[in-house]
Amino acid sequence: MKILVAISNVPDTTTKIQFSDNDTKFNSAGVTFVINPYDEWYALVRALELKESGAAEKVTIIHVGLADSEATIRKGLAIGADDAVRVDAEGPDSYFVSEQIANYAKANNYDLVMMGKETINYNGSSVGAMVAGLMDLPFVSLATKLDVSGNKAIIEHEIDGGTQVVECEFPMVLSAAKGMAEQRIPNMRGIMASRTKPLAVIPATGSAGLTSIKSYQLNPGRTTCKMLSEDSLDELVNLLHTEAKVI
Amino acid sequence: MSVLVFVEINKGRVKKASLECVNYAAKIAQLTSSSVVVFVNNADASQLEEIGKAGASKILAVKNDKVGTDSVYTTAAIEQAVKAENAKTIVFAFDLTGKSVAPRLSAKLKAGMVAGATDYPVVNGNSFEVKKNVFSGKASALYSINSDIKIISLLPNSFPITLGSNAASVVDFNVDLGSVTSKIIVKEVKSNASDGMVPLTEAELVVSAGRGLKGPENWGIIEELAKSLNATTACSRPVSDMHWRPHHEHVGQTGFAIRPNLYIAIGISGAIQHLAGVNGSKTIVVINNDKEAPFFKSADYGIVGDAFSIVPKLTEAIKKFKANQN
Repeated sequence: MKILVAISNVPDTTTKIQFSDNDTKFNSAGVTFVINPYDEWYALVRALELKESGAAEKVTIIHVGLADSEATIRKGLAIGADDAVRVDAEGPDSYFVSEQIANYAKANNYDLVMMGKETINYNGSSVGAMVAGLMDLPFVSLATKLDVSGNKAIIEHEIDGGTQVVECEFPMVLSAAKGMAEQRIPNMRGIMASRTKPLAVIPATGSAGLTSIKSYQLNPGRTTCKMLSEDSLDELVNLLHTEAKVI
Repeated sequence: MSVLVFVEINKGRVKKASLECVNYAAKIAQLTSSSVVVFVNNADASQLEEIGKAGASKILAVKNDKVGTDSVYTTAAIEQAVKAENAKTIVFAFDLTGKSVAPRLSAKLKAGMVAGATDYPVVNGNSFEVKKNVFSGKASALYSINSDIKIISLLPNSFPITLGSNAASVVDFNVDLGSVTSKIIVKEVKSNASDGMVPLTEAELVVSAGRGLKGPENWGIIEELAKSLNATTACSRPVSDMHWRPHHEHVGQTGFAIRPNLYIAIGISGAIQHLAGVNGSKTIVVINNDKEAPFFKSADYGIVGDAFSIVPKLTEAIKKFKANQN
């Protein structure tokens, strides 16, 4: 069984977000980029565990992005992926990125395509279901456990108000959530090995995107916190009723 | 031309997020001179009436046991409705169902999608622009949808629901799923113990607690406060990691992102990963014994002090307020 893990290159969670070019571009100056945490901690690490247990033969990373994301891809290789492919394009939207992943997965006969439940930059939660739609494959979202038995995946995943255990024959697509695996820190051997692992660069295929971002705006933060004392809880309740109007 | 809305029935009622979508679609219908058509599966008469009141002109009443079980079936069924109704805009809630069905439909129809819209679209001739949150709520982006058919999933609790006196025409809509198969076989379903609370992702009032509570045995005061408000309980990541509280209560970047009207955070310091999951809340109250806790910078109201002394007093104050209201 071959697993394709899609990773996104995103600003670290603690980044102070800024825009440039009259608020039409994300300003990446001085920003630390990382593998999207859900792609890394949950999807990639679980895929590697399956390989280590003998359930999978190969784990490939796919990333849609320009050359400046190679450090992020190499980190994925250092954690343990066998090889990686970078589709050389700046993805304008989820549809474009999904098409690249779907085309590559189909052409190279991957049995399982997986990624995190969402990216922490655009928060769309869309790529997994889009890839599945483009490949006409089943999709399971928010998987918290994944095991392999023969040609089937056994998955526990979150649904409204609970969890569900499902079985699905490969090939399929899934998105991973908390519970799948624990974060791994690459060791020195992994880091050394990652430098010589194959990282193919391929051109984009398919269409242009279907959406484009016109402009960005920082969301206004809260400016003042009204401090009250333990003795004025009636006042707090009153403020929640008359000022905030939430109770 | 029509705006098609996917509406879900859950536990005997029309999902709140779905009613928000019908309201939202009514506004889009005005902007695009079209009418609102609702797709709903297995709805009863009173549920159909409620959907009409939210602004639907026509309801496609579907009766199919496969719809709603798996995104493969649900997507194929909606695709048939899109064609039958010449829908140019399709609206979903940005909830678990919306997240697995809307992108699949986008792929099938080659329709551009904005996932998690927070405002009405701005329509100007052929230009169609929608705002959504990006960078985990730190910023928003204005997207232009450039395809003929457009899909929007609406972030729940973005707008209050208004119900009018409108009555929709209800028609039976037969979906043909004979040629569609799903390989997903459901083996087991486990429900979260909820004690009758509103599910966290739909809750308008949330009482959340963190490590400051010192141990799971101390959650009684949190539950009492939640009960007095008819709120849902939540917790921070360390609390769920230490198994003090179930995983489905965990809010924050790795847990659920929520945006209730009121979020009361007790004994939670306010790490950036936690804020990413709650910063969309309309009003935030922070109770913490550390006056330097970063959460106070992101709160509307704050109290510095001992949660074990403050929380029971707050519960009493709310009970008193509720009693006076009646």
